[in-house]
Amino acid sequence: MATAVIETGERETYLNREYGIKSWLLTVDHKRIALLYLIGVTFFFFVGGFFALLVRLELLTPAGDLVQADTYNKLFTMHGQVMVFFFLIPVIPAVLGNFLIPIMIGAKDLAFPRINLLSWYLYVIGGCLMAYTILAGGVDTGWTFYTPLSTEFLKTNVITAALAVFVSGFSSIFTGLNFIVTIHRMRAPGMTWNRLPLFVWAHYATSIIQVLGTPVVAIAIVLVALERLFHLGIFNPALGGDPLLFQHLFWFYSHPAVYIMILPGMGIVSEIVCCFSRKRVFGYQAMAMAVLGIAVVGFLVWAHHMFVAGISLYAALIFSLLSYFVAVPSAIKVFNWTATMYKGSITYQTPMIYAFGFIGLFTIGGLTGLFLACLGVDVHVTDTYFVVAHFHYIMVGGTIMAYMGGMHFWWPKISGKLYPEFWGKLSAMIVFIGFNLTFFPQFILGYMGMPRRYWDYSKAPEYQILNVLSTAGASVLAVGYLMPMIYFLWSMRYGKPAPDNPWNAAGLEWMIPSPPSTFNFDEQPVVTWEAYNYDEIKGEVPVAQ
Amino acid sequence: MLENIPFWPVRASTTANNVDAVFIFLLVVSALMTMSIFTMVIYFAVRYRRRAGRPAEQIAGSHALEITWSIIPFCVFMVFFGWGAIIYFQERTPPQNAAEVYVVAKQWMWKAEHMEGQREINQLHVPVGRDVKVIMTSQDVIHSFFVPAFRIKQDVLPGRYTVAWFHATKPGTYHLFCAEYCGTLHSGMIGWVVVMEPKDYEAWMGGGGNQPLAVTGEKLFTELGCVTCHRSDTQGRGPNLVGVYGKPVMLEDGRTLTADENYIRESIVDPGAKIVKGFKPVMPTFQGQISDDQLNALVAYVKSLGQPQSSQTAGKNMAAATP
Amino acid sequence: MHNSSVATANIEAHDNPALLHHFATAEQQKDAANLGMWLFLVTEVMFFGGMFCAYLVYRYKYFGDFGSASQQLSIKLGAINTGVLICSSLTVVLAVRAAQLGKRTVLVFWLLATIVLGLVFLGIKADEYAEKFEKHHVPGPSFHYHELLPGQAGLPSTDRRYANPSHAEMYFSLYFAMTGMHALHMIIGVGLFSFLTYFAWRGKYSPDYYTPIENAGLYWHFVDIVWIYLFPLLYLIDRHR
Repeated sequence: MATAVIETGERETYLNREYGIKSWLLTVDHKRIALLYLIGVTFFFFVGGFFALLVRLELLTPAGDLVQADTYNKLFTMHGQVMVFFFLIPVIPAVLGNFLIPIMIGAKDLAFPRINLLSWYLYVIGGCLMAYTILAGGVDTGWTFYTPLSTEFLKTNVITAALAVFVSGFSSIFTGLNFIVTIHRMRAPGMTWNRLPLFVWAHYATSIIQVLGTPVVAIAIVLVALERLFHLGIFNPALGGDPLLFQHLFWFYSHPAVYIMILPGMGIVSEIVCCFSRKRVFGYQAMAMAVLGIAVVGFLVWAHHMFVAGISLYAALIFSLLSYFVAVPSAIKVFNWTATMYKGSITYQTPMIYAFGFIGLFTIGGLTGLFLACLGVDVHVTDTYFVVAHFHYIMVGGTIMAYMGGMHFWWPKISGKLYPEFWGKLSAMIVFIGFNLTFFPQFILGYMGMPRRYWDYSKAPEYQILNVLSTAGASVLAVGYLMPMIYFLWSMRYGKPAPDNPWNAAGLEWMIPSPPSTFNFDEQPVVTWEAYNYDEIKGEVPVAQ
Repeated sequence: MLENIPFWPVRASTTANNVDAVFIFLLVVSALMTMSIFTMVIYFAVRYRRRAGRPAEQIAGSHALEITWSIIPFCVFMVFFGWGAIIYFQERTPPQNAAEVYVVAKQWMWKAEHMEGQREINQLHVPVGRDVKVIMTSQDVIHSFFVPAFRIKQDVLPGRYTVAWFHATKPGTYHLFCAEYCGTLHSGMIGWVVVMEPKDYEAWMGGGGNQPLAVTGEKLFTELGCVTCHRSDTQGRGPNLVGVYGKPVMLEDGRTLTADENYIRESIVDPGAKIVKGFKPVMPTFQGQISDDQLNALVAYVKSLGQPQSSQTAGKNMAAATP
Repeated sequence: MHNSSVATANIEAHDNPALLHHFATAEQQKDAANLGMWLFLVTEVMFFGGMFCAYLVYRYKYFGDFGSASQQLSIKLGAINTGVLICSSLTVVLAVRAAQLGKRTVLVFWLLATIVLGLVFLGIKADEYAEKFEKHHVPGPSFHYHELLPGQAGLPSTDRRYANPSHAEMYFSLYFAMTGMHALHMIIGVGLFSFLTYFAWRGKYSPDYYTPIENAGLYWHFVDIVWIYLFPLLYLIDRHR
């Protein structure tokens, strides 16, 4: 397959082709760019996670006794901004999507490699602006930047935070644009739409959202910054403006954004469940249409974040109804994954453990979304910890579990090394336990009435016990996330070399060496098989790792 | 019964009963769904674990199943939607004769003013068994009026009124939280709703000769010169306001709208926005010249004009006999 | 391992210097570039769309005040600018045509003409902005507005109504945001075309490869179309009164 060699006689791979910092910072190889993103998102994950730990520590006791009120407000704001814009939105598309999509469709690179590098630089610049915001004293608008608080009343670094989000938004837009063009125009001969891996379908749907939605939050943020700079009145009632206009513009993107965060994860889960059940997916067409359906209908539900904000009764009814529509394709996917396991030949390697975790936790998270779409219930639980629990179930129990599963699944391909399976399984279980302990109590807290973004709850000490459970869980969760950091790094040096296809999995990425050579394929593949052709693939998942 | 479940919040209003009912229904259905999925996943994971000599069976899919497990959840979702919508519709439609309290939110406190004139800070005393409507505005940023025991919540916006209502069913003291992040002491913007037996409430109300809100408004109406144009005897330069509240108003551009609290408020702070048909746009704006409290008093006064005498000051306040 | 084979396929000889390594054919590269530019323009539509949305909301709410503020703009200059941009779209099309026919000097000429027209547009815009600055119609601390509502001039002076200054400031906020964003896109367009002119003069484009000209042309047409919406919405409302 790959016959090129470098001077030392080793096979040429994308990692050893060139050394030196310039070869990385000026690379146009989608695989190297994926690793550059990996460094960035991992860094921001730990920054955002650190803020979360401080928040949870403060909430151990009802009184605000760890940090001051303003500091606490900055902590939860920056936890949200860093995690949403610098981790969750880019993580799967920019790391795994970048690495795998060209290979999965039989191409040598994305359609626009230089724009891919530009995307990374935009991410870094946005990240630097965010870092500056943090170091210059932070920002305390809440990740949602609601006006007129953010435009008229706060004295913190709102404009630099807005700029950081604005710039990173363009990173997201260009990545989405690149993926759409790549998937349309760069598929190898024989790779028809109906043969695409569901990972690719998921990223295609995600990219549509990125391209259509992100510009709207960009302009909303720009208007906030302008309003702050020049004391305009676009969102200020004292000058004739309307704070709800900001909320509409903000949520028009930020609701579809949550689908940017979850759809790629669903793509990963499809790949893993099929491989570790040795089966084609149940209902390929339904699965592909479901991700498109989620992407489209996801644009029609944004005001379900505003049921008590002062919108009209009739608007609320319509958005509640549409929110129930968007729940259907998600439910279909859970049923299809379960059905894929039926009469499979299942093994329990680490990626599959994470996939199980995803299915369970996404089910709970998604079901609690039904609670929130229900108008009568939402009035009570919106702006409480019930919502916090809901979205963490989806984003952490869903997206991050899927990401971890994907990283373990494709790590041999990316690094050429095997991670230690025992530690992989152990971390997965620690994460699962820590996660549920952290966030399940928050559903109860929310229904009891504990509002979000509260630094001090000393007038309501009945909330303490559940907060203590939640903080305990967070510390367990932190351990679960630190472990893969350590053993992935360890494996790069000491891990066993990975074969081309350690899982006997289907897909073009498993037909090339681990790690891949720079141009992926020596010759352009011609695809003659269906996706998930596990009936043709001989052998099971190897047990020995 | 629910009081015995640990961590279940107390229910102290009619709305709370409705919300808990649909919540429990959602809980039961979700628990069933979760159990089913978890059971199936675990069962399949064990039952179909890899065994020598038994390869996986490739199953492409099933249209029938896809349709079934789309339609059934959809129907269940429609029940969730409908039930929740009915409750929400009731929550957003305050009853006609609800007693009224004006609430002004500001960083970081709640100010309440009863129609009888009592003012409260971070507390709201109400009688049990009576419909109460809070008419709210903010002096600065967006806040949110949240009483978990009543299961109600409504954002409070600067520049306009938003409204919430409840019917308390159980005497007691309940948390009042601000539920929309509003700056440094967002978590300090909390208080208590004190629900009292009617006689205790009357005792509390009776103490202190407060000036009823509408009377305050009447005085302001004269002091600020409103009465020179808005005469009640003859047609002045401005429309006669007697009986205007709750009735349709025809505007010069042909639109007709109902005069609610927001219309009255807007007419004072931005009179040029909507001109009544047949009148000239000569009313000056009072934006920035009167406080939100004064605005509330004026609105309360205008609302009281033309109402039947017996309820002019008593109808909208809570000490009247339970309807 | 798999028993499905990965067969070979013909890869077009890379004798086309413009063909990038990851594309199989020049046609694939051109298609990808075109699709990419169209998608980018879709994102721009959404970007401007947010501002149009804000404008439409307040236009509906503050009908008269926006009409008054709009009348402070010069229809003459706005119309001239509209004509300038439409002509510049024509020069762009002629440039693309020249590239298709391989006429290097003609191509350079039309590219330069586009740049000149773009600069004329920006110059007129700068003049309009300067006038707004002088009249204190720039939103911010020095904003001051005391003008009649549309249709009031004929009434006796005691009956005349003035526009609400806060609402007029809203109009100008949106005016500057929208035309400013548009002007920024024009500046980027002029910069883009400058690069293209240089490369065209160096002979980089030919009938086989003129994709950058075509795509930059698409961008320019888009910026033109945004103006075609901006002009009536900002300049021509309430003019009948």
